[in-house]
Amino acid sequence: MHRYIVSRLLLVIPTLLGAAALVFILMRLIPGDICLVRLGSGGTSFSTQALNACHAEIGIDKPWLVQFGQFVWGLARGDFGLSMWSGKPVVQEIATRFPVSLEVALIATIIAIAIAIPLGTISALKQNTWIDLAVRSFSIAGIATPAFWLGIISILLVLDLTQAISGHPWMPSIDYVPIWKDPIRNLSIVMLPAITVGYRYAAVSMRMTRSAMLEVLREDYIRTARAKGLMEKIVINRHALKNALLPVVTVIGIEFAFLIGGLVVTEQVFNLNGIGRLMVLSVQNQDYTMTQALVMLVVTIAVLTNLAVDLLYAWLDPRIRLR
Amino acid sequence: MTDIATPTPSGTAAAFADDAYIPPRGFWNATIRFMRRQPVGMVGIVLVAIFGLAGIFADWITPYNPTANDFSAMTEAPSWAHWLGTDQLGRDILSRILFGARTAFLVGLTSALVGGLSGLVLGVGSAYFGGRIDLFLQRILDIVMSFPLIIMALAVVSIFGTGVQNVIIAITIPLIPRCARVVRSSALAIREIPYVDAARALGYGHSRIILAHMVPNVVAPFLVILTAFVGQAILAEAALSYLGLGVQEPVAAWGLMLQGGAEEYASTAPWIAIFPGLAIMLTVFGINLFGDALRDVLDPKMRER
Repeated sequence: MHRYIVSRLLLVIPTLLGAAALVFILMRLIPGDICLVRLGSGGTSFSTQALNACHAEIGIDKPWLVQFGQFVWGLARGDFGLSMWSGKPVVQEIATRFPVSLEVALIATIIAIAIAIPLGTISALKQNTWIDLAVRSFSIAGIATPAFWLGIISILLVLDLTQAISGHPWMPSIDYVPIWKDPIRNLSIVMLPAITVGYRYAAVSMRMTRSAMLEVLREDYIRTARAKGLMEKIVINRHALKNALLPVVTVIGIEFAFLIGGLVVTEQVFNLNGIGRLMVLSVQNQDYTMTQALVMLVVTIAVLTNLAVDLLYAWLDPRIRLR
Repeated sequence: MTDIATPTPSGTAAAFADDAYIPPRGFWNATIRFMRRQPVGMVGIVLVAIFGLAGIFADWITPYNPTANDFSAMTEAPSWAHWLGTDQLGRDILSRILFGARTAFLVGLTSALVGGLSGLVLGVGSAYFGGRIDLFLQRILDIVMSFPLIIMALAVVSIFGTGVQNVIIAITIPLIPRCARVVRSSALAIREIPYVDAARALGYGHSRIILAHMVPNVVAPFLVILTAFVGQAILAEAALSYLGLGVQEPVAAWGLMLQGGAEEYASTAPWIAIFPGLAIMLTVFGINLFGDALRDVLDPKMRER
């Protein structure tokens, strides 16, 4: 097991380095110059010296190789530098926006699990009945519905409903407050985005639960459990569901990793100031340090989730680690 | 196309055990068999066909010019003159949805085909050569896969500019590793079957073994993932266009129709927001229904259920 863990951990390094190189090159291929934007934003003219001074200040006058070396060395030490746009530390800028994205992602995950596992199980148990058909249609619709459209429609519904009930339309405020300060206000802000994202997420996990359950229900040990007269409830909960959950956990884990990076559109719809919007802004502003840090954050979360899933598998199934 | 109904000899016998087994000959017979076996899949095909044909014949069937503004008819509710209403610039929403279907299918099919075929070649090649080449290719694909799609799309669009062509590039790149993964795992199993060794012993070249002996055997999972890709690509195009990173005005695209006006006029003119979204949903819903049915038909293990 130790050897397996070490070999899997070593494979993480080239992936992270590759992602670092990819974002580094992509950002520099984009035509434009952050200093031109910074200096020109006031509408005033500026000299070549000012432009050169700006380049030197943020360090983009050095050769690419030197810049890349500095970037990787910074990563290794956990130092992401200053944002080229705002001049504030990158870590600080991300820290103020990360909680809202993380909260939406976590609540969406809870919603997904709460919907997916019971419905997926029922669907598998009642295979080819109208219940199965309804659950499957609900889940295929979840995969087919664009999250941002669902967001727009849910905003529309909230406006209309509050209009009908209280006489004037109400919308949650857009200023994020932490959940420990004002739970009701906090939830009123993050609930709609979380449901919007959670529906798709639930749909994907529901399909996985259904097919994994169908697979397990055909196993010999389920027949044995039934043959020895166990109650159906025990057969399903303890023998079938427990074994079917492994691939479901994988899907939930991998989807969660993608969720953090995929909140861009939802944050746009709901005007949330999370890391998704920060990502779009920093690419558009050509803020190299900020974009690089955000990409590395998302890639690291994705890679570590994959690693955790692989290790979990190896721990549960000795055949994998002994291969 | 006969292959769709008869992927493996062993699977067909079990699946058609209740019927007198007649192998379907030709495209139409296979289609009729598919209709009888997979009514839900047929619903999917019909949905896709409606939007697909709308896209192809948009020039002849649209009641209005999709880009023509009519300032005397702005944000009009659905009526006999404008079945689905008009948007904030007085453009007919039905006409824009019909033309939007063309954009959606153009981006969806092209991205899925290019991304899928590149993934097929990489996946089978990676499994066939194995060893260092496999390890190296897998690491590269790992990197592309963990990279956030939206950053990739943003970068492509910022480097090359917006427009249909660049949207296709931006969506195709992340599809390649996903397809390569699935195909590789199927191809790994096929590599171990003796006929691949036999082909090598006969002195066949690498490309001949890969194309003639391995690729046909991974066609089943490939077709299933290809169908899913079309839906994903249409959703991705809509999201990018909605963010202003995709197709640009005045081209009609569903995601673009939801941008700007749709939110602003949501409470006074909800039809601007509702119908384009419904079009996206129904199309992708149809594609997924078809994809599920296709998987059931192609995978003998799933069929017995």
